[in-house]
Amino acid sequence: MGFNLQRFFAIVKKEFIQMRRDPIALRLPIAMPIMMMLLFGYAVNTEVDDIRTAIFDQSRTQESREYIDKFEASNYFEVTDYVLSDKEMANLIDKGKIKAGLVIPANYAEDISKGKTPETLLVIDGTDPTTARTAMSSGVLVNEIYSTEFKKKMLKEKGLSFLDMPGVKINTKVFYNPNLESNKFTIPGLVGIILQNITIMLTAFALVREKERGTIEQLMVSPIRPVELILGKLIPYIFIGYAGFLFALAICIFWFGIWPVGSIPLLLVLGFLFVVCSLAIGMLISTFANNQMQAMMFIILVILPSILLSGYIFPREAMPTAINWVGYAIPVTYFLNIIRGIVSKGVGLEYIWQDVVALMIFGVVILTIAVLRFRKSLD
Amino acid sequence: MEYAIEIDNLTKKFDNYVAVNSISFKIPKGKIFGFLGPNGSGKSTTIRMLCGVLTPTSGTGTVMGYDILRNPEKVKQNLGYMSQRFSLYDDLTVEENLDFYAGVYGLNRKVRDERKEELIFMASLNGKEKTLAKNLSGGWKQRLALGCALIHKPKLLVLDEPTAGVDPVSRRIFWEIIHKLATQGITILVTTHYMDEAESCDMIGFIFNGNLIGEIAAPSDIIAHANSKDLEDVFIKYVEEINGIKVSSFGDMKFLNE
Repeated sequence: MGFNLQRFFAIVKKEFIQMRRDPIALRLPIAMPIMMMLLFGYAVNTEVDDIRTAIFDQSRTQESREYIDKFEASNYFEVTDYVLSDKEMANLIDKGKIKAGLVIPANYAEDISKGKTPETLLVIDGTDPTTARTAMSSGVLVNEIYSTEFKKKMLKEKGLSFLDMPGVKINTKVFYNPNLESNKFTIPGLVGIILQNITIMLTAFALVREKERGTIEQLMVSPIRPVELILGKLIPYIFIGYAGFLFALAICIFWFGIWPVGSIPLLLVLGFLFVVCSLAIGMLISTFANNQMQAMMFIILVILPSILLSGYIFPREAMPTAINWVGYAIPVTYFLNIIRGIVSKGVGLEYIWQDVVALMIFGVVILTIAVLRFRKSLD
Repeated sequence: MEYAIEIDNLTKKFDNYVAVNSISFKIPKGKIFGFLGPNGSGKSTTIRMLCGVLTPTSGTGTVMGYDILRNPEKVKQNLGYMSQRFSLYDDLTVEENLDFYAGVYGLNRKVRDERKEELIFMASLNGKEKTLAKNLSGGWKQRLALGCALIHKPKLLVLDEPTAGVDPVSRRIFWEIIHKLATQGITILVTTHYMDEAESCDMIGFIFNGNLIGEIAAPSDIIAHANSKDLEDVFIKYVEEINGIKVSSFGDMKFLNE
């Protein structure tokens, strides 16, 4: 069972010509990463700000105005409506027009002047937990700060200083992404996810088209070997897939301004490894599917879990152990570690070598299965 | 006598369905063997077993001296195959299709260019070298597919319904080429539905419901032995004998079941 270079190159050349003749097949893998990066780069944002808020100010005083201003100044709340009753506020929440509401009681200013602590109410729409959590914590925080300032002022008037009182102050230091910008986490991940989706699609149709046209029968009666056919078909797509990777990465760097902290050459090499690995998955699908419809279904079968279980959106630490293990069976899981490691943390090969080895094993194993599955017989 | 194809009790079962039932025949080198039978009779299954892409359930066979079970890759190297689907790449030109198959069969550049010239001439494709295969009409496509099957100078040519869906003029040109190839010593196994094509073969065999029926002989001998006026008549007689049903034409047989 030898490997004949001439037969291999005959396949490579044929695939290149066919690719050149199909303008869509040529442009889509370039256009798609650009389009998806721009679109999803903005959509996948876990930071919540400008929460639409209604105010029910029953006090209508200088003091209540000041309190509301503090909420607005935090940037977490955007006051969109002023209402005149609880019912009106509830109505706006029901309609989805607002996500939060602030109710200030009529005796707000009066209580303050009497030295009592007035109680306000922050109403939150809990449908989307992410928004609700942000609204709750930032609402509480705004209130804390305001009341602390308020107390300071009162103490000063009485000739006391807040600083004289003992207490504990915590200092925090955040590594890698000090401003906790979610972009720095999601955009590099997006590069991996988009890349995977496009490359799998490229090769998933590679053998299927031959099956549909009937040319596969002609190849089967020829002396060509499965390994020559599979690898020969893979080569041209590596170029296309890698071009897609470069475009996606360029947008991550130049458009979103996320400059990799770590080594760019290392990222380029490992990106290549991942492209080959994803193309191998597509090729494997191609050996299973008998027509493009089936190929499409297999693609979805692979892509959906890889988006949800790879740690791209939901932290894998939060998943039950069994589901976490499923994540290990998905190559993009490892690439996400790699690209996030290099781009956000700036780590070198010594920290991500296990992910690199895992990707290599996946690539080789998947390709081997594809070659073995494509027997040259119709049995 | 040397045989290009020798098969002995070749059988193929798909689950419980017997597609080919213990078929045996020998085809001498340099002959045109017409393999006849209605759709679904087992012609293509037999051919696929001969080409080494389908494993027989039982039985043995050799093609150009190579065992189809033990040496299918050698068999593949030594035969040219063309199916009714004209397995061409539509988005490649005439020349690129030929180049591709030349590469697949490991031809060097010099042999390839010589061979390409011969085949383009044979198929009257001169001036169409740069035309995409999809822009060729049926007859041209058919002859290009034949050219691709012949690129590596096989001594055996297997044609599975090569004239299906092709106009009568192209059909005649195609058969002229086939006869010319036979005079060069190439053995040809061809399946067909057309009786006029069958009658121009050196020898024919008839398959029905997976069984070989009657003798394998020259068409004129078969007609004479059966005291019939033509081949179609002979086969109708065969089938009526087996089934006890009246059959009006060869075309009707495909609707018959056992």
